[in-house]
Amino acid sequence: MINQDIIQPENLVYRKPRLLNDTPMHYCPGCSHSVVHKLIAEVIEEMGLEERAVGISPVGCAVFAYNYIDIDWIEAAHGRAPAIACAAKRLWPENLVFTYQGDGDLACIGTAETIHSLNRGDNIVIIFVNNAIYGMTGGQMAPTTLMGMKTSTCPYGRQADLHGFPLKITEIAASLEGTCYVTRQAVHNVAYIRRAKAALRKAFEKSMLGKGSSLVEIVSTCSSGWKKTPEEANQWMEDHMFPFYKLGDLKEK
Amino acid sequence: MEDEILLMKGNEAIAHAAIRCGCDGYFGYPITPQSEVLETLAAEKPWETTGMVVVQAESEVAAINMVYGGGCVGKRVMTSSSSPGVALMQEGITYMAGAEIPGLIINVQRGGPGLGTIQPSQGDYFQSTRGGGNGDYNVIVLAPASVQEMADFVDLSFELAFRYRNPVIMLSDGVIGQMMEKVTLPPIKPRRTDEEVREQCPWASTGKRGRGKNIMTSLELDPAIMEQHNLHLQAKYKEIREREVRFEEYQAEDADFLVVAFGSAARIAQKAIELCRQKGLHVGMLRPITLWPFPTKEIVRLASRVRGILSVEINAGQMVEDIILAVQGRVPVRQYGRMGGMVFTPEEIVGEIEKFNV
Repeated sequence: MINQDIIQPENLVYRKPRLLNDTPMHYCPGCSHSVVHKLIAEVIEEMGLEERAVGISPVGCAVFAYNYIDIDWIEAAHGRAPAIACAAKRLWPENLVFTYQGDGDLACIGTAETIHSLNRGDNIVIIFVNNAIYGMTGGQMAPTTLMGMKTSTCPYGRQADLHGFPLKITEIAASLEGTCYVTRQAVHNVAYIRRAKAALRKAFEKSMLGKGSSLVEIVSTCSSGWKKTPEEANQWMEDHMFPFYKLGDLKEK
Repeated sequence: MEDEILLMKGNEAIAHAAIRCGCDGYFGYPITPQSEVLETLAAEKPWETTGMVVVQAESEVAAINMVYGGGCVGKRVMTSSSSPGVALMQEGITYMAGAEIPGLIINVQRGGPGLGTIQPSQGDYFQSTRGGGNGDYNVIVLAPASVQEMADFVDLSFELAFRYRNPVIMLSDGVIGQMMEKVTLPPIKPRRTDEEVREQCPWASTGKRGRGKNIMTSLELDPAIMEQHNLHLQAKYKEIREREVRFEEYQAEDADFLVVAFGSAARIAQKAIELCRQKGLHVGMLRPITLWPFPTKEIVRLASRVRGILSVEINAGQMVEDIILAVQGRVPVRQYGRMGGMVFTPEEIVGEIEKFNV
């Protein structure tokens, strides 16, 4: 049997989504971003929305998301993606408009834009990758850094009197009238990846139905910033992140 | 209807002109003395007639990023604010310049620095013409001097913004924004259809729909490529300097003394020139309509025929630097201005001219 005989549609068990191109990703080994990118590409493709999808990429590790997924993109200033998405969606209501943001971008410098866009019900989807650290700039404290967690700007561990407390912005989002779907997911193993994909699809569907804005948080690792191997990082996330950032749907209407 | 003469504030004229000239979206935040723009739009409900989107943003930072987003998807979008609010917008404006995104920003200036005052000023000349944000960029700056020009410059701004894929600032002030004058609103021009937007803005992130993907960004980490991008921007600015200079002259042809003034200062200066002429003084005026590109060549031309130039501005002396750069010491140049929300009278200007012109 030669290769050509094996490469048949009925033998296909897995393929990379077409929208995810072959550009080598700049992400570190073990990083969650590449998995989330793949899920976004898959969902857009499966929903048949690639001609109508507009992504807003952040400042942070995912700044080059536009290089990997073959849809239209707008690169935002740090934290401003939801404001840009608001205009992009309201001016082309039939388009799928989503932002892709990290914890520093979304929950710190862009807190106002995040909360007000969600509360206006702009019918956008915010994909929030929370790894509790500033990855791109080299591992500084984030608004979501856990108590006691060490980063380059809290080298002795986060403590309340110096740094305040980790921000659960997803819980805030769930309390806003303008949101229709708020959920917290993870992508560190197959079962969680499947759930995260279903959540993304639900959020995109609700956006296209005009039901309001959605926030999909993906609790993620940053093995470089956390100074752990990818395996250790996954374990640390389960042991420390999940108890504080509890997975599951926070709101659906 | 189209030739009907109406009486309204400059700020109201902007709102009506925007609806009539096919504006797709307005994003703004209240601040005195320009809040009538958003109030008038809210009262007119253009989303029910032309389909224009109107959003009261959570801040000027959000508003300018909505304008950036709207421009990125190929639409004619605008914001308006006043000086402290426009200071907040500088981040978005430099991103627009870097990514070559069209859009209109209206600044109804008030006195500064800081929270300053709600009274009129022209203290943001430097901020507008020098680039208030980071990097090497220029914004086209139009300076209306009447309620009529507030209305007329909205469509002109969009035309220039899309012709050059560049942000345009309309630099007005609290006098023009608040004063009521007669105005003929511009003719009705329908909003472009989605098909027209896609055809006219093939670069915009409107959704691929059969073409390759578009990426709107000002980021490039390879310095060699980024330098090429900067050279491209500079070539564009050179073209704008050569083609888009606008100005108006008042009794300048036989003048042996020149006043240079823009916006509301030019209105007061015009009266001062009438008073000078009654006294037999041959004073004329050049009114820059574009502050960037600045009418350098015309000032050089006039400078060869006059004994002195007085820059009359409602600030400490900002445009005067562009005049000095233009005349290169050929004739004496001075500046007269008031600050803090105070505005000069025509008589004050006449006094300055007489002091200077002895």
